[in-house]
Amino acid sequence: MAAAAAVRSSMGLTLRLSRAIPDCSSCPLNRLKSCGVNPQSRGSFESFRTMNRHLQTSIGLCHSEEGSSNAEDPEDVVNVVYIDRSGQRIPVKAKVGDNVLYLAHKHGIDLEGACEASLACSTCHVYVNAEHFDKLPDPAEREDDMLDMAPMLQENSRLGCQIILTPELDGIELTLPKITRNFYVDGHVPKPH
Amino acid sequence: MFIAMECIALPDLALRVRFSSCTPKVCIVGSGPAGFYTAQHLLKVNPTHQNVHVDIYERLPVPFGLVRFGVAPDHPEVKNVINTFTQTAKHSRCRFYGNVNVGKDVSVGELKQAYHAVVLSYGAEGNRSMGVPGEGLAGVYSAKDFVGWYNGHPSCRELNPDLNCETAVILGQGNVALDVARVLLSPIDILKKTDITQPALEALVRSQIRRVLIVGRRGPVQVACTIKELREMVNLPGTKSEMVEADFDGVTEALKDLPRPRKRLTELLLKTALDTPGDKEQQRRHQASRTWGFRFFRSPSEVLADADGNKTVGIRLAVTRLEGSGEGARAVLTGEVEDVTCGLVISSIGYKSHPIDPSVPFDTRRAVIPNTMGRVKQATGLYCSGWLKTGPTGVIATTMNNSFDTARSLVEDMESEALDLSSVKTGSEVISALLEERGVKSVSFSDWEKIDSVEMSRGEASGKTRTWSRRETILLL
Repeated sequence: MAAAAAVRSSMGLTLRLSRAIPDCSSCPLNRLKSCGVNPQSRGSFESFRTMNRHLQTSIGLCHSEEGSSNAEDPEDVVNVVYIDRSGQRIPVKAKVGDNVLYLAHKHGIDLEGACEASLACSTCHVYVNAEHFDKLPDPAEREDDMLDMAPMLQENSRLGCQIILTPELDGIELTLPKITRNFYVDGHVPKPH
Repeated sequence: MFIAMECIALPDLALRVRFSSCTPKVCIVGSGPAGFYTAQHLLKVNPTHQNVHVDIYERLPVPFGLVRFGVAPDHPEVKNVINTFTQTAKHSRCRFYGNVNVGKDVSVGELKQAYHAVVLSYGAEGNRSMGVPGEGLAGVYSAKDFVGWYNGHPSCRELNPDLNCETAVILGQGNVALDVARVLLSPIDILKKTDITQPALEALVRSQIRRVLIVGRRGPVQVACTIKELREMVNLPGTKSEMVEADFDGVTEALKDLPRPRKRLTELLLKTALDTPGDKEQQRRHQASRTWGFRFFRSPSEVLADADGNKTVGIRLAVTRLEGSGEGARAVLTGEVEDVTCGLVISSIGYKSHPIDPSVPFDTRRAVIPNTMGRVKQATGLYCSGWLKTGPTGVIATTMNNSFDTARSLVEDMESEALDLSSVKTGSEVISALLEERGVKSVSFSDWEKIDSVEMSRGEASGKTRTWSRRETILLL
């Protein structure tokens, strides 16, 4: 699933069955003013049509595949570590402007994003390490509302789709919550590898 | 001992490779979120170094279950998960068979013979009844049917609810109740841009309903809805809220002990019910033509009919009080009653699963399939996921976790040989032949994609997301 999503997001477009006008208020790039798309203009909406499918902007379009940073520029590199549900550490070299959810998809990490970054679910719930948690901008009320629905909510919980990487987030560690009680049959604790 | 994990590449498991296990074939009954998330997980793993083949059977001609028919029309983002499910359905090892009624067109026993494992994920297609006199009167509907009506469910097409009354009473205070209230009171300008069905839109244009009461038998701290939906009601254009202040006695004091989600929700409720509005808010309320409110400590005891005994004219509510506090508080009758005039009663007190086949164990009290971690009790090769497994509450994320859990149990069983993979199973070959013999025409996923594109282009023509197909149209394709 992550691979399929990675293909979609690498195309820079997200196929949607809904034709609602994109809600830019939920996109952190809007707050950072890093988004080049103007959904108010009917023209730009029309320009996303391809063949018989109606494609519309989503945060997938706004992430760093089309980002303004130069991939070669070391100033733009943000080192991220994902800790997956089995405890495995997966270091990733990302770029300023990358979206934590779509970055995870690109690297085959199983962070679901059921609502595709629209703040309508809590499936991209992650824990942020203490050192970097306070560096994140405060969650919007809508993010807090959806976080309330996430199982095993902690003080350092955030929704991955709302985290956009900046240089000061270099070294951030994002842990995927262990989402089930019946994860271990006999109480065995795996050694981290 | 073994570990249930999604990533299989661990040294331990290599020791358990068998030399004669066949391609695992799994059948999933139900194509809503539970079915699709279970399939998604199964397609990702390769137990005993084999890839799993998954066939999904669905009673309706169209997939996606409640994501298509249950999510409110003004919440299109929640439906984005359909994209994920579409990817799964189009996976080379996944097949979708719509218009197949398991239990009627083919039995669970026949599926168990054709597949190594069967996962039941058909959710909750029934609803709990209030169990009060007058429940069968014209003007009384289950929320499931009412939502199905405005969402284009084939079996709710003819509902034709009469909206020619001033007050509607909704029993239940969960998100479904709030969805119904919001659809009843939303400005038409907002609704007409959604994919609400045309007949429902027209009925709402003509609707006389100006007041909606959302009734629950316990108090503000026990309300079952979540904050996003409550905020939408509070901010609904053209409306104002009316609550009973006395219902909130003691709630402010209880706040400090509440966990964060309940605390934030209760704070918003208190603010809405008790705060003195500023000038701007005063003005907004003054201009509002529609009202809504929670009514607490009330339980339905009878729906009241007109003189001819046919139509609803009111509802008798028994007054309750709480015993205990917090999530576990219970409502106890006081003996008092209160009558409320209304012409529409919508019962939103819970969905309910039905048994599918006499051979499958079913807990009639809880209306779920008895199981341990998704493995059906007293059965081999039979699993369940979604609401059928845990009861009919929870959002997409809950169902997702639930379904991944069941899939993990299934994979464990494949690895540990608790599930017998030693014989070849023919899967859909044998089932398709049976269905053809029985005159059942199944709908493939590419058939669905044709329907989908027709619905969308028709919708586009009238400025909406889609229009809803009749069952007959679908089957003609």
